[in-house]
Amino acid sequence: MAEDKTVLPDGVRLTDAQQKRRRGRSIAIACALGALVVLFYVVTIVKMGPEIMSRPL
Amino acid sequence: MSLVERQDTFTVDGLALEGGEGSVGDYIALLKPRVMSLVIFTAFVGMMLAPGHLHPVLAVVSILCIAIGAGASGALNMWYDADIDAVMSRTAKRPIPAGKITRQEAFGFGMTLSVGSVLTLGLAVNWFAAAFLAFTIFFYVVVYTMWLKRSTPQNIVIGGAAGAFPPMVAWSCVTGDISIESAVLFLIIFMWTPPHFWALALFKCGDYRKAGVPMLPVVAGETATRNQILIYSLALLPIGVLPWVFGFASAAYGAFAGALGLAFLGLAVQVWRHREGDLARKSAVRLFTFSLFYLFMLFAFLLAESLIVGA
Repeated sequence: MAEDKTVLPDGVRLTDAQQKRRRGRSIAIACALGALVVLFYVVTIVKMGPEIMSRPL
Repeated sequence: MSLVERQDTFTVDGLALEGGEGSVGDYIALLKPRVMSLVIFTAFVGMMLAPGHLHPVLAVVSILCIAIGAGASGALNMWYDADIDAVMSRTAKRPIPAGKITRQEAFGFGMTLSVGSVLTLGLAVNWFAAAFLAFTIFFYVVVYTMWLKRSTPQNIVIGGAAGAFPPMVAWSCVTGDISIESAVLFLIIFMWTPPHFWALALFKCGDYRKAGVPMLPVVAGETATRNQILIYSLALLPIGVLPWVFGFASAAYGAFAGALGLAFLGLAVQVWRHREGDLARKSAVRLFTFSLFYLFMLFAFLLAESLIVGA
């Protein structure tokens, strides 16, 4: 049986509003992490030049 | 069937007890977006005026880091000042006193963004600018918020430096150092801050008194505050013109800054003259509103000139 994600380990059940806010926070954190990955990738290319892409394997 | 229905907020003295209640919007509110927008704008102008070249991607990263650093300072300010925010009408609805975010969450959020913004700026742009950004955050949180704000009526005079550093940080992102020109940009915001906040304090005096914050009108009285506003407005007039004096703005800017400075001074004189009743309040509100316009227009003119010259 699937785990009920609205119940925390301490037995507290989240309300609909709390679930919605938690989901919003999770999406925001995921977006921020994704943006950081893209940012560091682009900055690496800018600082080291496109030659970094054509190194011998 | 629910075991325990969580309350929306658990509060003691206006401070939330439980975590995990805040929405994304509450966390954005912790960053003080309106202050952030001013920081972004002044930093962008500082960057555009700086001699030299910075890759557009690195320029965007620089502004982003400075903005996040400023937002982190705001979150740490709200973490520390939650007790006084709760008793002031202007700040009572901020996420912590409203019981939406706990102090611990705000502290963690602020520290994470502070460290993240400084490290990213250092790795992507240069370590001098990163150290300068770290110092700015330290100055706002420790020197202003934790020390000066509750201990001296000169709090916003010295603490105002934190709000004046962003164009210097942005300048150093391009050049790797500081210069007299970037110090002039600092000086304009630094001298603008006291009359701006004291005008606010004049019509929010009751709030500060209730919270026990030793703002100048609370400690020294409204007459002394009006005198100080006048003195600082007088000093701001020539300082606003300095970019032209130092040769990094045109004579047109000099004339424009002089005219705006005279208007600023005129409103400060109105504040000084009207000491009682509705007229006194209106004069203070007018000066406060105009001060925002003044700073925006001065930096907008500098930005427009740099774009025209660069084109």
